[in-house]
Amino acid sequence: MVGGFRWAAMFPDEVWEHVFSFLPADADRNAAALVCRAWYRLERRSRWRVFVGNCYAVEPAAAVRRFPEVRAAAIKGKPHFADFNLVPSDWGGGAEAWVEAMAEGWPHLEELRLKRMVVSDDCLELIARCFKNFKVLSLVSCEGFSTAGLAAIAANCRYLRELDLHENEVEDNCLHWMSHFPESCTSLVTLNIACLEGEVNVSVLERLIGRCPNLKTLRLNHSVPLERLVGLLHRAPQLVDLGTGKYAAQHHPELFSRLESAIAGCKNLKGLSGFWEAGPTFLPAIYSVCEGLTSLNLSYATIQGPELIKLISRCKNLQRLWVMDLIEDEGLIAVAASCKLLQELRVFPSDPYGAAQPISLTEHGLVAISAGCPMLHSVLYFCRQMTNAALLTVAKNCPNFTCFRLCIMEPHTPDYITRQPLDAGFSAIVESCKHLRRLSLSGLLTDLVFKSIGASANRLEMLSVAFAGDGDAGLHYILSGCKNLRKLEIRDCPFGDKPLLDNAAKLETMRSLWMSSCSVTLGACRQLARKMPLLNVEVINERKRGLPLELQPDNCPVEKLYIYRTVAGPRSDTPSCVWILR
Amino acid sequence: MEAAGESLRDTELRLGLPGTDAPEKPASTVTRGGKRALPEDDEEGYAKSNKSSSSSEEEQGEGDLCGHEPPAAKAQVVGWPPIRSYRKNSLHARKVEGEAAGLYVKVSMDGAPYLRKIDLKGYKGYKELREALDDMFKCFSLGEFPRKEGCSGSEYAITYEDKDGDLMLVGDVPWEMFISSCRRLRIMNGSEARGLGSRH
Repeated sequence: MVGGFRWAAMFPDEVWEHVFSFLPADADRNAAALVCRAWYRLERRSRWRVFVGNCYAVEPAAAVRRFPEVRAAAIKGKPHFADFNLVPSDWGGGAEAWVEAMAEGWPHLEELRLKRMVVSDDCLELIARCFKNFKVLSLVSCEGFSTAGLAAIAANCRYLRELDLHENEVEDNCLHWMSHFPESCTSLVTLNIACLEGEVNVSVLERLIGRCPNLKTLRLNHSVPLERLVGLLHRAPQLVDLGTGKYAAQHHPELFSRLESAIAGCKNLKGLSGFWEAGPTFLPAIYSVCEGLTSLNLSYATIQGPELIKLISRCKNLQRLWVMDLIEDEGLIAVAASCKLLQELRVFPSDPYGAAQPISLTEHGLVAISAGCPMLHSVLYFCRQMTNAALLTVAKNCPNFTCFRLCIMEPHTPDYITRQPLDAGFSAIVESCKHLRRLSLSGLLTDLVFKSIGASANRLEMLSVAFAGDGDAGLHYILSGCKNLRKLEIRDCPFGDKPLLDNAAKLETMRSLWMSSCSVTLGACRQLARKMPLLNVEVINERKRGLPLELQPDNCPVEKLYIYRTVAGPRSDTPSCVWILR
Repeated sequence: MEAAGESLRDTELRLGLPGTDAPEKPASTVTRGGKRALPEDDEEGYAKSNKSSSSSEEEQGEGDLCGHEPPAAKAQVVGWPPIRSYRKNSLHARKVEGEAAGLYVKVSMDGAPYLRKIDLKGYKGYKELREALDDMFKCFSLGEFPRKEGCSGSEYAITYEDKDGDLMLVGDVPWEMFISSCRRLRIMNGSEARGLGSRH
């Protein structure tokens, strides 16, 4: 608007840029950019942090062109269900296109965070060579690279502050990659190598951390023996976050006391993780720092309930606890009594596939936590039984939940006392928790629960559904409600074509929709694709690799469906099991 | 030695390896909601056979086979429960450690094209073990097993590799000690086994 133009010209550009610097949230900046052309121009030149939730939503070159001053980029690739092997391994999510575009247009890039992407060693080498000021590399749930690629990063990124490798699949072909950090590298603040499979040269590591006085986070992999942990801690007593290596050794009173004093020497320790193969023997060595801990991840330690209780009862300031279901209800009751500041709880199954010895972790543990921890807002809970009554109680106790993920391990499990579906329980959760942003359902559920979710879950951004619902109505409730829904992932539900087609427009307001083993047909996908040019409708059918899609009839069932909005059009790197309908 | 019924069974076409009585593949069923079941190939593992949580113990027996072999693992649904591969692999690694202590061990037989795996915890003693191995490898028709004490004419000897990596003759130590130290089993050709001892 002409009026807007004049108004914007009242101040020099620098003033506006300064004003915009107070808008860190992308949503606010996006809004500002729509006000007028001047603001669009100013805002784009002053944005230095971008988040791309779906790497295929925009062409890399377009993103780089629009925001020329970016210093920090975060990009996500594969859909979430790739974590559970539902997405073919060659589906896509390759990082090359992005890294090449960034190397070209963002030479001053300092931070790169990639999640669920396929990152090759070539990419890592490109990063190491092209970004002279590179400081932060974070790779989460990625694959495709090896320690040779890491060697390139170590050797060339002179100002590297963070190397954060979280749960990646890394090929181990360069044993001495850490030796590639030059003597002049003294800037490390975070070093997380917990996911590496191979041996680590601990002497090299000792020298490295010895010369990095600002190191705050150190997470080792399971190959680092307990004896060597002592030496590492002596060299980095300023650590705030420690991930141990293997937390077991031949019992040795001398080792125990050395370990105990080394840990006690870390006066700033707030987070502990690792604990691979931990047994009761060396756990007491960390007692001295328990009071200061805010984060404790014992989810890889098969420690039994009693030892866990002894440990966790000392952690009065704990905010985040990740633990195995070996803690059982009794342990959770103790946590509820001791950890009044608890905000986030994750309980993982120790034996997900066995019928095994029954673990006494039930709905009672969850209820106890909900009653005892007033600040609790995020839960991930794997268990084998649940009742509506328990969920109603949890909903009443915790109206502040932002994230509630319950996984009852056997599909279709009803309330074990009343034998009813768990609709009432989950409905209570969404009706009570007005700030709920993320929800995962499980157990026996009918369309009724979706009616409640559609109506009440106004802040819900991500919903995961499995083995639930009766028919199309369930999906329709969700898509016609849930105003803020961004990501919807569904598997093994009897949802078909009608709700998709009736709510096609909704899909453009969301980042993505995943549906697998549902009742969607190819015909509906074709219609949807024709109707919505700004959606990529990807049909994934691993059984029919390479077969020409055009020949398949409309009533052909769709195995897996991934729909996402995009301004980039169909991608060009689809494997033979993926068809993009147009 | 074999009943008529058994030899008929041997000629039956099945999906299991010879020597097992593998259960029929669980029928891919239609779940509660009338979800469409896709044609045969259940590599995706659509819904387990309809053993819902309300089913009771009597259905467990379906997974159980004849005597010696441990019950077949429940048919797993792909990607369920939703645990990241990374975490699953860690759990698995821990189980593998348990295996090294002598629970699931590989069994090789000289001349056989592939190996088998057995759970030593599934047997009460040496006699049961020998019978199970006999059953498992008889299809190779490579001779009789050393079943009887003092049977010096047998062609094969059952040996095992212990925790220290040494090759030992099965049967010398008490059963409990054996299963805690056995890492793998090897059914050796008789001529090679001569030097191991005069017991068999």
